[in-house]
Amino acid sequence: MSAMLEVEALEVFYGASQALFGVDLTVEEGQAVALMGRNGMGKTTTIQSICRMLPVRGGRIRFGGRDITALPSYRAARLGLGLVPEGRRCFPNLTVTENLIAAARPGPWTLKRVRDFFPRLGERADQYALTLSGGEQQMLAIGRALMTNPRLLLLDEATEGLAPVIRREIWTAIAALKAEGLSILLVDKTLSEILPLADACVILERGQSVWHGDPGALTDEIERRYLGL
Amino acid sequence: MAEMRREWIVNAVLAMALLIVPLVALWINEPFYVTLATRVAILALAGVGLNLALGLGGMVSFGHAAYFGLGGYVAGIMAHHAFTGLPMWIGVTGSNQMLWIWLWAALLSGFLALIIGALSLRTSGIFFIMITLAFAQMIFYFTLSWPAYGGEDGLPIFVRNQFPGLNTMRPWDMFILSYGVLMLALVFFAMLRAARFGAALMAIRQNPDRAAAVGISPFGVKLAAFVLSGMITGLAGAMMADLTRFVSPAMIAWQMSGELIVIIILGGVGRLFGPVAGAAILVAFEVIFGGITEHWQFFLGLILLGVVLFARGGLIGLLAGRARHG
Repeated sequence: MSAMLEVEALEVFYGASQALFGVDLTVEEGQAVALMGRNGMGKTTTIQSICRMLPVRGGRIRFGGRDITALPSYRAARLGLGLVPEGRRCFPNLTVTENLIAAARPGPWTLKRVRDFFPRLGERADQYALTLSGGEQQMLAIGRALMTNPRLLLLDEATEGLAPVIRREIWTAIAALKAEGLSILLVDKTLSEILPLADACVILERGQSVWHGDPGALTDEIERRYLGL
Repeated sequence: MAEMRREWIVNAVLAMALLIVPLVALWINEPFYVTLATRVAILALAGVGLNLALGLGGMVSFGHAAYFGLGGYVAGIMAHHAFTGLPMWIGVTGSNQMLWIWLWAALLSGFLALIIGALSLRTSGIFFIMITLAFAQMIFYFTLSWPAYGGEDGLPIFVRNQFPGLNTMRPWDMFILSYGVLMLALVFFAMLRAARFGAALMAIRQNPDRAAAVGISPFGVKLAAFVLSGMITGLAGAMMADLTRFVSPAMIAWQMSGELIVIIILGGVGRLFGPVAGAAILVAFEVIFGGITEHWQFFLGLILLGVVLFARGGLIGLLAGRARHG
């Protein structure tokens, strides 16, 4: 395995206030890495920084062996970083199909394949994204990221606020993507759902990565200390 | 789905009406109305251009008269040199062939839009509106003080330029030519909107940062749309110059830019046939109220106020339902 994503000593500021104080993480090819931590510890900031949506003040981000620290977000996305943002964030006044084709880039994931993967998106093809249910919007957000033909999928709270039956559907889809060999970096609060999927874990505490390891190595003490469980 | 179907019916009715009105006028021997319908078609074509930037891309350009006027001046200058036999620059002679003139009108307008767009698309909101207006005003004042081509008196086109297989001096021939180009432009607009490019442009309008996160370059896509928009409006300018057989700085004045925006708002921003409906309303007001009072724009203003307050989707929105792309 070789490193697909390497984040070293990442430092990010919102104006004058520092949000990340040195985050290190690595995602190997074909691996699923869970980024964990309590609310406000910098998980979404880390994801957004990797996707080049936030300026980086210190540290380095390498993707596929290339330094992307200074790239604009659209170029990072074109290199293969597929973001499924927190809160879905589809384009509300575009139809499902328009949401999907807007992001299309050449590769194995085509409109047809995404519709086959999420049949619900095919049924709702001409509906505006704002009229979809939360679960359907999440499928659309994942589908849109897949249309960019990513090499690494970044899922930020992919099942937040969804009904249990829909959550299961989404996790099954993510597991299927992992089984196909797609590298995944995922953020979620529900450990019981992400740990079975994860090959490695990174825990953030106050903007710093404080624990790296195998999911099996997570002890009750670590969970209590860093995840508030 | 029902709304989309209704919009297609409204579009078909508008397309047929624009064809039938001049046919009836021709039948009852009223060529004036054929020319009016031609004016609607050409203004609608200019509107299709602006609709691409404003309707799909959310770029409120208050300087599209620059492309409309440039297209007009390309037609006027080439016809002038063809008529006088004088070379233009470095031995290039003029032309009275519409196809050749249109090509240059579109290319030069596109080039101008590339320069203006590259500079002004770095801004947004009110600054974008003001920068596009400023560029158009610069060109307006340049033509005003350019004596070689008539300055503020404008430049007449003594004989309307020619199109293969048509007698462009006949009102019906000029109409069907303009109508044909308008329909082609509408097909192009519909295809663009349905393609990845159109979806990306609309996505940028809704949220540029979110669009960038899925690999869309907001600046690149908007600039490409702005150039295409300028090219279509420039083509319309060349055709309008041929219709009126006259070009003047008035084609580049800010009022013309405003008129194009009014056309889009009256018809329905971002709607395929919005420019057709808007241009028809504008020309109808000009004819009906213009015959009664020289202050006909007062009544147009009232209608515009009504549309902005009560029918945000314009005429198409009123007839076909809620704005498709809010």
